[in-house]
Amino acid sequence: MSNVIIAETKNGQLHPSTAELVTAANSLGGGITIVIPATSDSASATASSIMGVDKVITVIADCFSSYDASSWAAAIDAVAPAGNLILTASNDSKDLGARIAARRGMPIVQNVISINNGELTSPVYSGKALVTVSLNGNAVVTIRANTFAAADEGGSAVSSVVNQSADVGCAVREMIAKANARLDVSEANIIISGGRGMGGPENFAQLESIADVLGAAVGASRAAVDAWDGIGHGMQVGQTGKTVNPNLYIAVGISGAIQHLAGMRSSKYIVAINKDAEAPIFQHADYGIVATWEEVLPSLKAELESLLN
Amino acid sequence: MPNIVVLVKRVPDTNAKITVSGGSLDLAAVKFVTSPFDEYAIETALRHKEANGGTVTALTLGNDACDKVLKDAKALGVDNLVRLWSEGWENLDSNGVQSALASAISDLGSEVVYCGKAAADSNAGSTGPGVAERLGWASVSNASTVSFEEAGVEAMIPSSSGQARVGLNFPCVVSLDKGEMEPRRPNVRGIMMAKRAVVEVISADAPTPTVNVIRYSPPAEKPPGKTYEGAGNVSSVVQALRNEAGVI
Repeated sequence: MSNVIIAETKNGQLHPSTAELVTAANSLGGGITIVIPATSDSASATASSIMGVDKVITVIADCFSSYDASSWAAAIDAVAPAGNLILTASNDSKDLGARIAARRGMPIVQNVISINNGELTSPVYSGKALVTVSLNGNAVVTIRANTFAAADEGGSAVSSVVNQSADVGCAVREMIAKANARLDVSEANIIISGGRGMGGPENFAQLESIADVLGAAVGASRAAVDAWDGIGHGMQVGQTGKTVNPNLYIAVGISGAIQHLAGMRSSKYIVAINKDAEAPIFQHADYGIVATWEEVLPSLKAELESLLN
Repeated sequence: MPNIVVLVKRVPDTNAKITVSGGSLDLAAVKFVTSPFDEYAIETALRHKEANGGTVTALTLGNDACDKVLKDAKALGVDNLVRLWSEGWENLDSNGVQSALASAISDLGSEVVYCGKAAADSNAGSTGPGVAERLGWASVSNASTVSFEEAGVEAMIPSSSGQARVGLNFPCVVSLDKGEMEPRRPNVRGIMMAKRAVVEVISADAPTPTVNVIRYSPPAEKPPGKTYEGAGNVSSVVQALRNEAGVI
């Protein structure tokens, strides 16, 4: 059996999730090739040094300068060997995986969190159940970040470069930069989120100042996003927002509606701050503080500053 | 004028309790609804028709229980209702679902397809891009707003640096995120029309599944956490995050 990892890059560097994909591929068994779609050969050395990798192929194409589903699928399909294809379960890689799967007439299994004896498990129904499937043939598999341990360094895989071209399907007309440089919730290891209990959008400044201390992203519940213009949908965590999987999720003034839990329940550690001791969020929290945010946030910021600065 | 197809899926209400027993799901007591992101797809399809004319066909894959979500779409203003189904399709994998949908869309003569970015049950998000690839069409996923042009659409999608405004020519598939738009609610006339609406049932070929469900299981239970009364305990929590959890 052969496993082909389609890696992501960021600013020319290999995305750290690639080493987690190697661990996932190892649990499927068989050889491992990493394919890197890129505009230059700047990420291959890092990929070659991951233990357990046999081969690295960097595919260089103009279309890889910005994400476009159809051209990426065509260019990668032309180069990637046959076998299981393994990608990270990010927005773009889930989309790309689905296109390549369809191109090769293969099924896709998304959001895998564990692999045992060839059986793959993913959360479904907003994390209220897990489904375990078996593969009778090759499949495309996307792996949730932060669920498999990263493979060690120390490998020395053979590396090659292939030039490829493909027609672009969607033309970028304008790139619109984020209003601020703040980290996106889907990229963050630590997230601090506010809900309706924050009282108003102006009070999110307090969450932002704590986020700055932690290097965290600021999220919000749907109730907050819907109620207040200043809180954008890009910040929304939950059923109709983003699904996140950080090491630490701090929920402030969020009651813990089932739709919010859908987006964050798989976080490694959850801290809940709420004045209502009966709020359902406390049932899912590793650490809860029953108090108003007005009381908690200033001392939380001070404690974190003295610990981290 | 555009021949617009919107894909809809019947899923358990996101408020519903999902019961797992003996490795299977028990959905008998669960209320089923249109998947939430599909509501944004329906809204976009209707706005497209209102802007440029044409027809909107709601298409689903499923047994006759799925007629309800098609009729709900009719109540909102969709023109035609088509349900795709064959005996033995209970356990199709993504390969089967996409093959069947792509063949139906091709038969319908559509040039633009809208769908939700992911279904609320699987949260996979494979259908839009997978169907597009099988048809050889362009696609974008997670669009927050769509505007309509003579020969294509323009969509706002997330990018690594913020957002991108992208243009696609017909034929294309666009999957919808929540965005800024508010999906319309049905009016009395729409509900009356939906009652009389006819669902056309069609079939297609679909490959035998190679991904097979072995079992469902409940999510792993977390050990109960520690809850502290009062803001005076912030220090204890911060210390625990450092020393027990090791996350800061």
